[in-house]
Amino acid sequence: MTMPFYVSPEQLMKDKADYARKGIARGRSTVVIAYDGGIAFAAENPSRALHKISEIYDRIAFAAVGKYNEFENLRVAGVRYADLRGYSYDRTDVTARALANAYAQQLGTIFTTESKPVEVEIVVAEVGPTPDDDQIYRLTYDGSVADERGFVVMGGAAEQVAAALSDSWRPGLTLAEALALAVQALSTDPAGGDARDLGPDTLEVAVLDRRRPRRAFRRLAGPLLERLLASDDPTTDVPRTDDDRPGPHDTLTGDHGHSGLPEDEPT
Amino acid sequence: MSPDPHRQTRLPSSYTTPGSPSFTEFLGSHSPELLPGRRTLPAGTIPETPHGTTIVALTFPGGVVMAGDRRATMGNFIANREIEKVFPADDYSCVGIAGTAGLAVELVRLFQVELEHYEKIEGTLLSLDGKANRLATMIRGNLGLAMQGLAVVPIFAGYDLDRAEGRIFSYDVTGGRYEEHGHHSVGSGSLFARGALKKLHRPTHGIDEAVRVAVESLYDAADDDSATGGPDMTRRIWPVVATVTDSGYARWGDDQLADVVQSVVDGRVGDPGGATRMDDGGQPR
Repeated sequence: MTMPFYVSPEQLMKDKADYARKGIARGRSTVVIAYDGGIAFAAENPSRALHKISEIYDRIAFAAVGKYNEFENLRVAGVRYADLRGYSYDRTDVTARALANAYAQQLGTIFTTESKPVEVEIVVAEVGPTPDDDQIYRLTYDGSVADERGFVVMGGAAEQVAAALSDSWRPGLTLAEALALAVQALSTDPAGGDARDLGPDTLEVAVLDRRRPRRAFRRLAGPLLERLLASDDPTTDVPRTDDDRPGPHDTLTGDHGHSGLPEDEPT
Repeated sequence: MSPDPHRQTRLPSSYTTPGSPSFTEFLGSHSPELLPGRRTLPAGTIPETPHGTTIVALTFPGGVVMAGDRRATMGNFIANREIEKVFPADDYSCVGIAGTAGLAVELVRLFQVELEHYEKIEGTLLSLDGKANRLATMIRGNLGLAMQGLAVVPIFAGYDLDRAEGRIFSYDVTGGRYEEHGHHSVGSGSLFARGALKKLHRPTHGIDEAVRVAVESLYDAADDDSATGGPDMTRRIWPVVATVTDSGYARWGDDQLADVVQSVVDGRVGDPGGATRMDDGGQPR
């Protein structure tokens, strides 16, 4: 008769954690950073279709690193969770805290009960009426939650990148300043080599804009993103109006103005 | 049945099932009791409930106008003087409702979440035909209630981004979906409104003339149908008027509408049936 090998729980958990950490460290980083007008998200992602940053609800967004299929599954679950909550209670009753709790339970249960942990790290962020009300929750593969202030770096070489950011981040940054910090952090080579050159084409950038009335999430692209990233350009914030062109209004490119998403209030 | 060890701590599997971008389908698998069509009615007669009345919609070259009166009736009572029956469905479409007000408002909320849910999950907008078909499916699900007398008959209109024009869709209680060309109206006053629309609507009208025609036709509906409310000059309650163009949904403000309503009412003084078709510049022909 064969006896199963005994593996201590400590060893089991450590092996799982190492496995998850290795998987996450292989990917490119994502930075979430607070600025005076909201919360900005930047990721190194040449794809225009497979997003690492997404809208969850009116004031809530999601950013992730790691395995795409795993965090995409979590994102869809988050959208369903938020929409169900908003539908059965009210739109104002959907909060990032409740969503972060649900994610923490989900990730924690998978980590302890399944043989393969998820190789993802995610951030759930909610923009509030003032910078003090902003909430950024970081969730790791084992279900631990951290309530972060200011900024979060996830992915490969997150520690070095975070160390670089913690010296330069301060409250009240403009969007252009925050993005400059984020891009600088993302382009740092973890191996200690020269910083890479990250242009608008290789970046996925989005904001939760505090001033927008209902859905606050906007992707940034095109000339607007170029102007925000250029150090010699006076543009420091996103325009108050959406692009003046027919189509989805989740992307700001800086091409003219639009009155915004429909408000059920008389104009 | 084996107990589910993850029941307390993990999101139910319906949350993580890949595939469907539809919120209604998710609700159907997760909490079907939240879907209006899945409820079984108890036996007995249904007590009197508020009913919404007349909605009109018409196209103009740059989009579509939808307008609804503000009255809800319950038998011979006026249940509400300022109910709103025209809603934005998403950026590029709107929906107006006639029939049992409670169910209709619930259906509209569900439809709004449905469209936004699709937008977020798929990262793109549904086509206008896709939205119209989704609404048809939702009405079909309500057939059981409709047969008990709780019918909801919406009218759906929007700006088609592919064709660059406004389009109107009407429905029946079985979920039949019909595209209407030019103009359409639903609700108890729709016969009178349709007559007025037929005489006043010109497909080449600009947006201001189209809004005026919508208000005129609602006036005619209120004139002959007791369940449709006319403009309430003492309380200053105007119809809800919305336009959908290539720059999206816009609801007309009360100040803007006050002038239109005043001029329509002035035009009827001493000549109650007296609206005339305008040319494209807004002048009587």
